[in-house]
Amino acid sequence: MPVTHVTNQFAAPECGGDVLVVNDLRFSYPDGHSALNGVSLKLCEGDKVALVGPNGAGKSTLMLHLNGILNGQGDVEIAGMRLSRENLPVIRALVGLVFQNPDDQLFSPTVFEDVAFGPLHMGLPEAEVRSRVDAALEAVRMSAYRDRLSHHLSVGEKKRIAIATVLSMQPSLLVLDEPSAGLDPRARRTLINLLRDLPITMLVSTHDMKLVQELFPRTVVMDEGRVVADGLTSEILEDEPLLNAHGLEKP
Amino acid sequence: MHFDAFDRYHDKESFLHRLDPRVKVLVTVIFIVSNALLPDGAWFAFGFAWLFLLLCNLLSKLGYAYSLKRSIIALPFALIAITVLFSIPGKPLSSFHFLGITFTITDAGLLRFVSILIRSWLSVQMAILLVAVTRFPDLIHALEHLRVPAILTTIIAFLYRYLFVLTDEVFRLLRARESRSGAVTGSKRRLERVERSGRGVLWRAKIAGNMAGQLFLRSYERSDRIYNAMLARGYAGRLYTLNPHEMKSVDYYATAFAIAVIFLMQWIGRF
Amino acid sequence: MFYSPAPLHIPDGFLSLLVSLVCWVVTALTLGAAISRTNKSLGERQIPLMGVMAAFIFAAQMINFPVAGGTSGHLLGGALAAIVLGPWAGMLVMTAVIAVQALLFQDGGLLVMGANILNMGLVTAAIGYGLFRSVSGSSKTVKLGVAGVAAWLSVMAGALLTSLQLWLSGTSQLGIVIPAMLGVHALIGLGEALITVSALAFILQTRPDLLGEGSESAKAGKGWILAGGLISLFVVFLSPFASADPDGLERVAENLGFIGAGQSAPFEIIPDYTLPFLGETALSTIVAGAIGIAVVAVISLLVGRGMKARS
Repeated sequence: MPVTHVTNQFAAPECGGDVLVVNDLRFSYPDGHSALNGVSLKLCEGDKVALVGPNGAGKSTLMLHLNGILNGQGDVEIAGMRLSRENLPVIRALVGLVFQNPDDQLFSPTVFEDVAFGPLHMGLPEAEVRSRVDAALEAVRMSAYRDRLSHHLSVGEKKRIAIATVLSMQPSLLVLDEPSAGLDPRARRTLINLLRDLPITMLVSTHDMKLVQELFPRTVVMDEGRVVADGLTSEILEDEPLLNAHGLEKP
Repeated sequence: MHFDAFDRYHDKESFLHRLDPRVKVLVTVIFIVSNALLPDGAWFAFGFAWLFLLLCNLLSKLGYAYSLKRSIIALPFALIAITVLFSIPGKPLSSFHFLGITFTITDAGLLRFVSILIRSWLSVQMAILLVAVTRFPDLIHALEHLRVPAILTTIIAFLYRYLFVLTDEVFRLLRARESRSGAVTGSKRRLERVERSGRGVLWRAKIAGNMAGQLFLRSYERSDRIYNAMLARGYAGRLYTLNPHEMKSVDYYATAFAIAVIFLMQWIGRF
Repeated sequence: MFYSPAPLHIPDGFLSLLVSLVCWVVTALTLGAAISRTNKSLGERQIPLMGVMAAFIFAAQMINFPVAGGTSGHLLGGALAAIVLGPWAGMLVMTAVIAVQALLFQDGGLLVMGANILNMGLVTAAIGYGLFRSVSGSSKTVKLGVAGVAAWLSVMAGALLTSLQLWLSGTSQLGIVIPAMLGVHALIGLGEALITVSALAFILQTRPDLLGEGSESAKAGKGWILAGGLISLFVVFLSPFASADPDGLERVAENLGFIGAGQSAPFEIIPDYTLPFLGETALSTIVAGAIGIAVVAVISLLVGRGMKARS
């Protein structure tokens, strides 16, 4: 299928400080499949950005690069620090990555242990770990679930706890993969309200165009390992040729 | 499938629920060792052990017969000990013929058989009570404190967490197999026959094996994703855990009391 | 349907204290070696892998297939775990599975858990891995064939060991328990073999890299071939001998001093053991006194701690 590549057709909003800078990132999987073909992206303090595009566009691969789980060619900078082997632990605390399937994200028997995992591995003292766990659970409005067993939670509850597991690390950037997938309408609504209220820079990959329209002022479109459009959500959603070319639908 | 099929914990506010999990694990183990130490036919000691169990049941607020009701689980294995009825020399009590062989039950054989059953039955009840009043994650913490190597407690923690996720996958696979076990319209084959049909036992085993293989690959890939999720939160090869439990006065007193009771039990069994 | 106890899980009460403790010692030493080996060779990725694999074995044990007459075949998994994860990791995974079955479901006892781990987790892994490793260079058909034999033998080894432990504990008569256990498990072992082979065939077809050169499965030393081979020989030769001539085995054990030791509980062992300069009654008085003092000391220590601790 031929795809027209439209780069930076829309004007990006002005920005104070950069939380995330990605410059010409390229990556191929060991089997030879090239997933990222020169991705460049900037996120400002306080930005809430949607990352859309068809399956296989490279969204998840890009996300795995943002805290160094995958290492391609090109630069990734978080809060002014260039990602390298030496500052990997610091970067991982700054980028809160929430995976799509909460059953992979929540790997501890209890909610408390899972939310405490990040702070504990940052080497924080016990009292600090405990207060961060409480604050993170408060932020996702799940304080009552502190001592619950992870497998007793509903999907929506698991998603919110999954977000708490990275909030407890007090990241500068929240990266979410498909947060609304598999949620019933009520759980989805709770999640949207939660994301809206969180005062934190976020990059959210999703197929949920209604969510994009409602929550994110800015949208980045990816396809075939490239950023094909980056701009105001209101303008991108009006550009039907662009949406059609990359298998997206207007909400 | 719902998780309740697996969870043996019963949420209640009771003395036993509040006890430190280390105490509960230790007392259970000492109780089971003590049962193994009691000589055959130590009826008073067995009775005393059962009274102790009764007390524990009452303290758990689960009802005095809670562990009793669930203790039949160990019964099928009793079959394996049945030979001692006939094999230990002693005064013959009764004999019968079966398959052309004469079986003679001796008093010594009966004594040993009943003693084995009682020991097993007492031990399994305490183990049942242990998981009924202790959440499994707390049990894992207790094992950590009791110096079980971290690598084992970690595997056990993962096993517990993903037990529910993977058995769910198994039931989905089994359901998919069932829903495709059909017969041609008009066929009069009953369901049990259909499920056993196909192309014989080898073919059915192959299907089961493929399911296991598929489950293996899914699990393998899942462990990759979990590893990524761990990396993303700062894991670098070493696992850190918090100690959520603290021994209180009552925990020490309870241990001392239980040890005294069990020692008394041994004394009764001997004299 | 959710959870059916397998006959190899011995409950508490069926093994004597001495047999249980000896099995615990053997198991603990082997696990100690497994832990130090895996810690050395452990990629950090191995921890979640072993954790999820333990859950996999647990769940895979629920996959069953109808055989005949209402019975069904299913998986124990020791051989399969060792073949795909390597022997040491396989042993740790099986240990976790058996521990959770005992702790959470009371399927298998706690004091006898050492024996259960030995029978179902350690010996099965050694046989499964050793035999499979011995044909690592061969064709797929040979590999699968050997895996099947190894899986069957691993179940037989577990059954044989279980029978021997029951007999040494004075719980079962050798002449009955061995043929009965081996007979039943010769059938159960067939199910194990069939599922193991088709699971491996599936893996070899879809992800051959997991079993090929450089995988965990190919890393362990060749000593395993010897270990697996020796245990298999032990099973192959002892089983027919024990079934055909239990009295012979009993005589051998008696001559070696196994039987008396296994059947009597330790309280009988200590008084039997008289020092030349001490009368029997004097010694038992001393031992009883020492134990009494130790227990009182432990109790007072606990009470003392309790008074200091926060209430």
